[in-house]
Amino acid sequence: MKFTVNDEPVEVDGKPGQVLRSLLRDLDHFEVKKGCDAGDCGACTVLLDGGAVHSCLVPVHRLDGVSVTTVSGLGTVDAPHPMQASFVEAGGFQCGFCTAGLVVTASTFTEDDHDDLPRLLKGNLCRCTGYRSIHDAITGISNVVTATAGHAAGASIAPPAAMRVVTGVEPYTLDVKTTGLVHVAVLGSPHPHARILSIDSSAAEALEGVHAVLTHHDSPDVLFSTGRHEDRNDDPDDTLVFDRVVRFRGQRVAAVVADTVRLAELALGSITVEYELLPAVFDPQQARTPGAPLIHGDKGAESRIAAAERNTVAEFHGELGDVDAAVTSAAASVSGTWTTQRVNHVALETHAARGWLDGDGRLVLRTSSQVPFLVRDELCHIFGLQPERVRVFTARVGGGFGGKQELLTEDLVTLAVMKTGRAVQYEFTREDEFTLAPTRHPMQVSVTVAASADGTLTALAVDQLMDTGAYGNHGVGVMFHSIHESIEVYRCANKRVDAQSVYTNNLPSGAFRGYGLGQVIYAIESAMDELARKLDIDPFELRRRNVIVPGDNFVVTDAEAQSDLSMASYGLDQCLDLAETALDHSLIGPAGWPVGTGMALAMIATIAPRGHFATATVSVLDDGAGVITRALFEIAVGTAEFGNGTTTVHTQLVATALGTTVDRIRIRQSDTDATSYDTGAFGSAGVVVAGKALLAAAEQLRDMIAAQGLTVGLNATAEHDGTPRSVSFNVHAFRVAVNTATGEVQILQSIQSADAGVVLNPEQLRGQIEGGTAQAIGTALFEEVLLDGEGRVTTTALRNYHIPRFVDLPVTEVLFADTHDPLGPLGAKSMSEAPYNPVAPALANAIRDAMGVRSFELPMSRDRLWRLASTHQS
Amino acid sequence: MLLTRRVMDLIEVRDVRVAHTRADVVLRPGERAMGGGTWLYSEPQPGLTGILDLMGMGWEPLTRTADTITVAATCTIETLRALPEPLFEQCADSLLASWKIQRTATVGGNIALALPAGSMTSLASSLDAIAVIWTPDGGERRMPVAEFVTGVVTTMLAPGEVLRAIEIPAASLHRTAFRRISRSPMGRTGTLVIGRVDATGETVITVTGGTTRPRQLRFDAPPSAGDVASAVESIDDWYDDPHGAPDWRRAMSMLFAEQIRQELS
Repeated sequence: MKFTVNDEPVEVDGKPGQVLRSLLRDLDHFEVKKGCDAGDCGACTVLLDGGAVHSCLVPVHRLDGVSVTTVSGLGTVDAPHPMQASFVEAGGFQCGFCTAGLVVTASTFTEDDHDDLPRLLKGNLCRCTGYRSIHDAITGISNVVTATAGHAAGASIAPPAAMRVVTGVEPYTLDVKTTGLVHVAVLGSPHPHARILSIDSSAAEALEGVHAVLTHHDSPDVLFSTGRHEDRNDDPDDTLVFDRVVRFRGQRVAAVVADTVRLAELALGSITVEYELLPAVFDPQQARTPGAPLIHGDKGAESRIAAAERNTVAEFHGELGDVDAAVTSAAASVSGTWTTQRVNHVALETHAARGWLDGDGRLVLRTSSQVPFLVRDELCHIFGLQPERVRVFTARVGGGFGGKQELLTEDLVTLAVMKTGRAVQYEFTREDEFTLAPTRHPMQVSVTVAASADGTLTALAVDQLMDTGAYGNHGVGVMFHSIHESIEVYRCANKRVDAQSVYTNNLPSGAFRGYGLGQVIYAIESAMDELARKLDIDPFELRRRNVIVPGDNFVVTDAEAQSDLSMASYGLDQCLDLAETALDHSLIGPAGWPVGTGMALAMIATIAPRGHFATATVSVLDDGAGVITRALFEIAVGTAEFGNGTTTVHTQLVATALGTTVDRIRIRQSDTDATSYDTGAFGSAGVVVAGKALLAAAEQLRDMIAAQGLTVGLNATAEHDGTPRSVSFNVHAFRVAVNTATGEVQILQSIQSADAGVVLNPEQLRGQIEGGTAQAIGTALFEEVLLDGEGRVTTTALRNYHIPRFVDLPVTEVLFADTHDPLGPLGAKSMSEAPYNPVAPALANAIRDAMGVRSFELPMSRDRLWRLASTHQS
Repeated sequence: MLLTRRVMDLIEVRDVRVAHTRADVVLRPGERAMGGGTWLYSEPQPGLTGILDLMGMGWEPLTRTADTITVAATCTIETLRALPEPLFEQCADSLLASWKIQRTATVGGNIALALPAGSMTSLASSLDAIAVIWTPDGGERRMPVAEFVTGVVTTMLAPGEVLRAIEIPAASLHRTAFRRISRSPMGRTGTLVIGRVDATGETVITVTGGTTRPRQLRFDAPPSAGDVASAVESIDDWYDDPHGAPDWRRAMSMLFAEQIRQELS
């Protein structure tokens, strides 16, 4: 079979059933990305004889004589295609994993197509941006600038990797050739709870091309958690690389290591497993009830499970004052129970890791992770390795959203490398992402709020129950975080909090943008909205009367609690004013659709508690003949880039401190060998922890240069320990129209005001806020991982799990409060998770306002809203 | 043990044949006929060991006479979408699949797949199109598309049979009305209702997407609101999947059927 790729002739025999996508990557065309392998996401789009196609659906047997053009064939870093240049100019990407497919698709558009983008972009999913910047790229709007020496901070600088991303040459996790690579395929449990009695893998081991079959017989007996934190004791030790007991459907039972994925998958069919079925429980309410099947009943105190005999991984109970008495004497009170669904992160790059032994026999792992250092440390713990014998690093990561603060692939790759001595790869499919990767915690949150007639909040009670699934990864941290800033943001004399994180035999839940806050904020802000109605007080005004202000303590239920959290800056008042002023109450929808407005607020700590550490170095690479603006500098920083844009901000901070331009900065990052320690890219820490360390290092280097002159090798290192911490605020407001006959919601206006301190890169920050809003609109209206009640996920593809597409999203007006935070670098605060949190309740409140009746569950899908309206009317 | 995972390629497939003549169109054990392949390659296909690619047959995609539009099973959805009557574009745009996929996906493939959200089934059944089926003995048989699709991914195709074409009576395109809803603006169909009035005065309202198979409501004379409502009431196979709850699908179908009645009267 002969065809051309980017005008180069290719002669190759494809395999029966193979598709162009996998063939192109076999041919080292790593610019063609795998997002779903199902034709849903468009990341693999190429031109076939000039027309755009999803290469994952093109059978190889049709390729004879065709010409294929990938994103790298359209243009190069030095000579980009106009559409590639446009994507750089517009800032039209964040992680950039979808960008290759978007650029190729959009390269076929003409100006006449600009009105038809909702249809034409139906087959291109982006999880990071919210599509406004993609619209700008396609229609030729420029959003980025260049800055003069010393003035990069505060300017909308393009990411350093921008031109490489849009031309497809920036390598992501698997975008590199490793000779002799072998592959892992995993046999998952067909049962939700079972004990493995026997495994016969002899037939599979005998197959040609199979190097090993791994089972619980090969597993270290060291318990750990897939959830990763600075302190490994934050998560319960309840997981093994392979366990003899399986606790959710799909959990690893065996893994085949073979020459190809195809061989490894086919060999799975030759493994025979005998199971003893165990009773299972799928409802967290039942799971915590006495007599329920115990999921980790075999674990002792050393596993740090709060009450394994009640399937409870963590719990909190506390009261300040007397809530019941306050409710009784209040002028108005509201009680309700709100539920949130399972949400999948849908990072476009699936989890994947590749491992090998280097020349010295050290283990090296290249992985799609937010936390390479924490992964290294835990692998050392599990496998009894010395840290200097393990190197873990990430290339550019294709999206995370919390989903990659987990150790999901690296342990198995490590075991396979150690067992076979080979270079080994384990890559999740999109289906694996839905059935194996942890989701956002589904929660049931009961809230009671009460107030006096003047609107002073007198009672706030929260009773939260969350399904942490079969394993407790993040099941402790998410629970405690969920009941902190959400409750602390309100001044109230009487507060009561009950929270439980409960094991079930469902797939595990884990870290998700907002880390538990969003679910509880959804419930509290909905209840506050109802309270405002009962009191006949404007919802903005009710917030103003009750939110914490500078001088207040952060109180959950202990009024005297002390921590390292402080209100180092405060912009909530501005956020409330900005959103309220921007709301246009004259906007209306289609005839006959009632309209409404709604708002909600959110507070979040700028850094995760309990320690977040970064060490960063800046050094002189080239002295530029003594001229600072001609010199070259290198920054070495441990945090990873997954579309959060921290790397851009890092170059801005350093260039500003040194008095040079960002193009003079080289970056080494997220590599346990090449850089010093960083806890990781979670808790929105990239700017306020790693960035702060980096800025301090750059300032030291500046002083050293002033004293000693520009000398190659001159370097400075600084660190930051993530404390003390400040808070940031977000307010979202919507105006909507609702068709009560069908359940359709039309968003007429979407506004988010953000207190991010000093804005270091306005275009990037706008992108983060739009992207957080987009993901939250998905949560609020569309997205739902469905289970069948027996632990079986039924939404296993993107066609059945609807994330927002271009057509689904409004343009959000992004407004910044004017604050300066003395704790952050140059006055900045973090703003990655925060924008997600106020969106769902604001939208729920707007829909409530329009419909006259409240929805108590997410997503507020059309069928649910229609049912709510019809029940309400009848 | 069944392999149910989709791992980039169809890993169990050992043989792909491209059919060029009718003699090639004889299905072997484990083999399946394929049009564009955009669905077949998009999901796990446990047990599929062979593919017979019909695209090599070179069938004329569209043949239009005064009475009939003959659409080859291998006609791409993009080609069909370009026909002048609005219903073709409306139905093509009802697919969740992007325009890039519609360049390869075929009309016959979409109908033979028989998913409720298959809008080529909506189109063909609503217009009383006839399915032309090649039988393994070298013969041919015909039946209405509305009866060809019998349920969720089930059809009247017997083992060894292949869908060859659909024949759309031109008279059915006299006057049509179209309504559709999904859980998101351009999402996978929740329900899709097409109405038409022929020159004879007959009114036909066809519900697909919301039901497990095409449901036709036929009225010799212009129906009243009550006629339409009780006809929709008689439907008892509202579909339940992640794209909409059955009660919503029923209510939306009822709403649209009445809107269509009014539009066509």
